[in-house]
Amino acid sequence: MTKSVEIVQNILDSNDRIAAGNKEIFNAHQIFAINMMASPGAGKTSFILRTIEKLPKGIRLGVIEGDTAPVTIDSDKVVAAGMPAVQINTGGNCHLDAVMLEQGIKALPLEDLDLVIVENVGNLICPAAFKLGTHINILVASIPEGDDKPYKYPAIYRGVDVLIINKIDLLPYIDFRMDYFKAGVEMLNPDLRTFVVSCKTGEGMDAWVSWLAAQVNAVKNK
Amino acid sequence: MHELAVTESVLRIALDAAEKNDAARVTDIYLTIGRLSSIVDDSVQFYWDHISKETICAGATLHFNRPPAVLHCLDCGQDYAMEDFLEPCPNCGSVNIRVISGEELQVDHIDIQRKEEQ
Repeated sequence: MTKSVEIVQNILDSNDRIAAGNKEIFNAHQIFAINMMASPGAGKTSFILRTIEKLPKGIRLGVIEGDTAPVTIDSDKVVAAGMPAVQINTGGNCHLDAVMLEQGIKALPLEDLDLVIVENVGNLICPAAFKLGTHINILVASIPEGDDKPYKYPAIYRGVDVLIINKIDLLPYIDFRMDYFKAGVEMLNPDLRTFVVSCKTGEGMDAWVSWLAAQVNAVKNK
Repeated sequence: MHELAVTESVLRIALDAAEKNDAARVTDIYLTIGRLSSIVDDSVQFYWDHISKETICAGATLHFNRPPAVLHCLDCGQDYAMEDFLEPCPNCGSVNIRVISGEELQVDHIDIQRKEEQ
């Protein structure tokens, strides 16, 4: 005789609970936190470096870099730009989860920060499933990836609060149908806040940074 | 490959529920995983066979309920299912739609055998 036991529990419940704890840590320090996701090569690190350049002087940024291998190429660049950075090696894992992020948070000088950007592992599938406890999720898409990505990777477009379309300077050279791309995004995430930028030329970065600074200041002055 | 992390969570949830209910063995696990959750059944099964060994869940059958994503067109009111590829409304072609469901990722229930029944 078997007995049926009702459960009805979200499979990633325990991750989500730790993520909620991470958010409390950020809030306690009045830090605005961002989980940045993208495919490899979309320009995540360049986007962070451009953001550092443009950020108003009063805003102190820390970066948590998630990488599948113990290479510090990305975090070295951030440190060279004058900001504290922590590297999390996921040990081959394809995404950051809330436990890994908790370790990263503890390694940052939280008292001295107003903004934390988490650079997730370059991957459009796995990071979408794992909440980290940041205030917003952003996705960096880029023109050379092609215009069909919202159709092929719907989950990641569902879970983001801000979309960055990077490498807009390449638009003349690539068959990228912006209308088709945006229609896919609109179906999955209506009215998604979108910034069209080029990390190469700096186009569009001012609009992004002024929006970001407003979010940071709102949390700082709470 | 985040299926490993997902499968480990399924095992933990099943073992917790089994312990609370004095189970000697878990025979079946019922999962609902919506099509928008980007989880591959075969991978979960593969990891499951490995990580459930040496636990009271060993040999338990995983049942996958994979509901399609359901989309609702705000322009013509049509509801339609998305299986694998995102499409505009098949009735009127609009992209003014809302996702109604398809992101489920949960353990619904498990079947167990109690200790005294062995």
